[in-house]
Order: sequence, then structure tokens, then C-alpha cells
Amino acid sequence: MPKFLKRLHWLDILILVILAVFVAVIWVRIDGTLNYKWRWDRIPNYILRYSTKYETWVPNVLLQGFIATIRISIFASILALILGVILGIARCSTNLTVRMLARTYLEFLRNIPPIVVIFIFYFFLSEQLITALNIESWARGIARQENNAVWEFLFGDMRRFPSLVSGIIVLALFESAFVGEIVRAGIQSIPKGQHEAAKSIGMGRIDTLRYIVLPQALKKVTPPLANQFITLVKDSAIISLISVQELTFKTVELVASTRLIFEAWLTTAALYFVLCFSLSMLFRRLERKSDQR
Amino acid sequence: MRSDIRAHYDKHKHLLYSQIEDGLARFPMEHRNNIISARNVDKFYGAFQALYDVSLNVAKGERVVICGPSGSGKSTLIRCMNGLEFHNSGIITINGVEVNERSKQLPALRQDIGMVFQQFNLFPHLTILENLTIGPIRVRGVSKVEAEERARNYLERVHIPEQADKYPNQLSGGQQQRVAIARSLCMETQIMLFDEPTSALDPEMINEVLDVMIELADSGMTMVCVTHEMGFARKVADTMIFMEAGRIVETAPPNKFFTAPDSERCRLFLSQILAH
Ligand SMILES: Nc1ncnc2c1ncn2[C@@H]1O[C@H](COP(=O)(O)OP(=O)(O)OP(=O)(O)O)[C@@H](O)[C@H]1O
Ligand SMILES: [Mg+2]
Repeated sequence: MPKFLKRLHWLDILILVILAVFVAVIWVRIDGTLNYKWRWDRIPNYILRYSTKYETWVPNVLLQGFIATIRISIFASILALILGVILGIARCSTNLTVRMLARTYLEFLRNIPPIVVIFIFYFFLSEQLITALNIESWARGIARQENNAVWEFLFGDMRRFPSLVSGIIVLALFESAFVGEIVRAGIQSIPKGQHEAAKSIGMGRIDTLRYIVLPQALKKVTPPLANQFITLVKDSAIISLISVQELTFKTVELVASTRLIFEAWLTTAALYFVLCFSLSMLFRRLERKSDQR
Repeated sequence: MRSDIRAHYDKHKHLLYSQIEDGLARFPMEHRNNIISARNVDKFYGAFQALYDVSLNVAKGERVVICGPSGSGKSTLIRCMNGLEFHNSGIITINGVEVNERSKQLPALRQDIGMVFQQFNLFPHLTILENLTIGPIRVRGVSKVEAEERARNYLERVHIPEQADKYPNQLSGGQQQRVAIARSLCMETQIMLFDEPTSALDPEMINEVLDVMIELADSGMTMVCVTHEMGFARKVADTMIFMEAGRIVETAPPNKFFTAPDSERCRLFLSQILAH
């Protein structure tokens, strides 16, 4: 520790002091002016609570939301990856119409606020899809079944399945454009010589893409894709607006019913941070490991 | 025939040919045993003309070496032969089948034409063995076992059987280029095109690649080879071609080519290159 302190410049110390004063001022304002009563002791109960009915600890709203966020992120990123690869290929297509459609989709997402995009996707696409496929009654059917443990493990409460699915679809559609751009960059980074070598042994365009270009491209863009996954986890908060029961939505509800404004939001922030930060550490380690090989 | 009508006919005769059976052009008897035939080929990159009225015949088993200064269109010419570039007028046929942009037989054609690039262009994400088997398996529909056997066989022929399970970047340039040759051979091609196969190599590796190419020539393979390795050319070439500024300036058998070429430009070029 003293070694660490010795390395601090006086400017560093100044910055730290200013920061401390800033935090203190805010603290005083919340504590004094707003007359806010901190009730941190109530938070753990909203993460895990003891259920007298089942006589065991069960997740409460915050943890439920956290788990839902993880579920949504995983499914949405798988879907976004599939859609993104298709989009990325479309962006490099030799067919002008295909290329223009993919480009239009991207520009649409780039130039409209995310919230608006989310609502449009929700009302125009995922709602329609869910109604058309009759997912609502199908999910209710499963929810009524006895042994639906696998379903519950994968998707949580099956009665909320339709909302979960529309959340996943909306989020995946939203992120797919960015995944698509990453994939396109990967495909275009593969040298022309690779295409020519594949052509000259008689491979067609599809085989070339599948066996030569895509494997190399996807390997190259794994780091940015991992980053995009973390972005997706953060972006998932936005689908609380369409009433998907994930962490942010649950926090809003909790705050509304308990007025634990600062405690609840700080806890939620911490949960997001821990999740995203550990993911980024994990990816960094994996990347370093694959570099060594 | 009046000369302008003649010129018009020459310019558009490929249209006549291409109308016969899905691009399958029939040729007069004297061209029948030409495995590659290019006639009056022009090639443009935008407004820039890279090939001017190039005509060339390669018979089965013939070894042709093309040389000429940088930018003279050597690469362009051989890339037009397997449809990596497309010529704008004139006609190129391989085994009597026309090479053009619209041809549905292009992938099938390319299976019979191997190409070796200056930069090797091996597939870096595949092992050497996979580099050699992917063509036979995916394109020719050969079984995996058979493809691997064939691959090991050809690796033997290019003298690196022990490298089968390595990745391309673990090999020296000379070894990589020999793998590239084996990759084409695995397709059981009838024709091999080489575009300066030794230009990217360190001097001490050039000979190991040339030796493989000489062995290939001795086995009776039809070869079209862009190279400035004149020792190699003297040893294997049946026909020497000198190109300059998009034109074929000189075509001659090697002993005439190296001793008494008709064109002054060719003589100058040779004296420069042999002076090294
Ligand atoms: N894709 C392209 N677009 C535009 N111009 C090109 C292209 N490829 C080649 N050229 C031009 O065409 C001419 C012939 O090029 P080519 O590569 O066939 O020459 P080369 O004889 O193989 O030369 P080198 O010995 O340098 O390989 C050059 O002037 C070159 O600049
Ligand atoms: Mg060249």
C-alpha cells in the first residue's frame, strides 16, 4: 500500500480530494435536504427471501430480474448472432437488392432512437409474431403441465413466456444490425487471395463462404463480438419499456412499491456492473489464452 | 471478304460460338488437340487496356513459359484462362469449352485447371492435410478416407509428407508453395497455371519449388508458367512467350528464344534479366 501511495502524484491526490468532496456533498444533500432515510437492511430480503410455504430460500424480485436478464441476454445474443451472420453475408452479397435491403435495415437502426426502434419492433413484429404463432396459449399449456422443469429452467415462469420471447426477439433484432456490421468487417478483412484460391480449386460461392471465408472471419471478429455481447446485456435494460420482467423492470416496480429509491437502484447498478465486468474479464482472459496458442 | 467485314466477323464470332450448346464452342479440326486456346483476346480494367489481341494455343502436355516486364499483362492473361478475370472480347476455351462470365460450367472448368499463386494463398485455418482434402471432398465428392490417402500421396510427391498435420503458418515459404502445388494436384487437374510461383520466396527456397515443378513437367502435365527463372524455363519449356505492354511480342521454342529472338525488345529484356 505505501508503495502504491508513493506512486501517486500530487495532482492525483487533488483529483481524489475533489471527488471525495463531490460525493460528500451529494451525500449530505440526500441525507439532510431530502431527509432521506437509508434502509439498506431491507435490500437483501428483495434478493433472497425465506419462503414459509416451501421452507427454503427463494429468489425475490431483484434476483428474479437478474436471472431473467441473464436468460434474455443469452437467448437474444444467440439469435442476434444468427441474424447478424446472415446480415453480414447479405451486406457482402453480389446481389444489389440483397445488399440494399441489409443496408437499409442498418441505417434504419442507426438513425432512429433505440427506444423508438424497440417500440416499433415490439408492436409491428414480435407482437404480431406471437399472435400469429399462438404462443400465448401454447405457453399456458406448458405452464399447466406437471413436469415442465426443463422449460422453467430455460425460460422461467412459463406464464410470462410470451413477454419473454418478445423481449428476446426485439433485443436480438436490435443488436443484429451491429453484429452484422462486425461480421461484414470480418468477411471483408479476408484477403482476395483466399477467394481466388477457393475458386481455383472449383469451389462455388456458397462453399467458399462456408468453409473458407466465414470460419476465418468469425475467428477474427470474436473479440468485438464478445464486446457486443456485453453491450447487449446493458442494452437489455431498454426492453423493460415493453414490460419484460427483467432486472430494470423489476427495480422500477420495487421502487414504486417500497420507495427504496437509492438502495434499489444502487443494488441494480451493482448487479449489472458485476455481470458485465466479470464477462469482460472472462473474455479478456480467453482472448489472451487463444493468443498464446 | 472485304477487310472491314472480316474485322467485324472476327470481333463477333464468339457470339456465334457461344450460341452452340450452352457456350460449347466447336472448333476447326486443327484446334482440336489444343487444351487451351485464346484468340484475339482483349482485356480492359476500366478504361485501361491490359491485353491487346492476344492469341495463344497450348496443346495437351505442352509446357509454356511466359515472361516479360512488370505490368505487361502476364498475370492478367493466365487469370483469364481460369476465369479469375474475364476478357472483354475474343474467345478463350479450355478443352473446347468457352470461358466467360455467364458460363455455368465455370466451376466445373476450374476443377480441371490448377492455379499456383505468388502468395501461396493456403487456407490458414486448415491443416495442411485439410488444405489438400477440402477440394476433393467438397468439390469432387470424394470420400474423406480416399481424399486423405490422395493428399498424403501428393505430399509425398512434393517431398513434405511429414508436415501433414501442421498449419500453413508453421511452414517455410518453400514448403507452403509446395503444399499449394499439391493442393492443385489433389484435384487431379489436367492443366496447371503458375503465376510467379517463386517470386515471393527466399533465394534458398526457390530450387526446392522449381525441382517439384520440373518433376511435374516430366510427368507430362500441361503447364502454363509465368516466371523469370530462366534456368527452369530452358529446362522444361516447349514454348517461350515474351509479353510486353499487353501484347505477345515473341513466341518461340527455347533454343531460338534464348539465342536468336526476332524482336529487339525481347533480346533487351533477356540481356537484362540474364545479366543478374
Ligand atoms: N484489378 C486491376 N485493376 C486495374 N488495373 C489492373 C488490375 N490488375 C492489373 N491491372 C493493370 O494491368 C496491367 C497488367 O497487370 P498484370 O498484373 O497482368 O501484369 P504482370 O505482367 O503480371 O506484372 P507483374 O510482373 O508485376 O506481376 C498493369 O498495368 C496493372 O496495373
Ligand atoms: Mg503478375
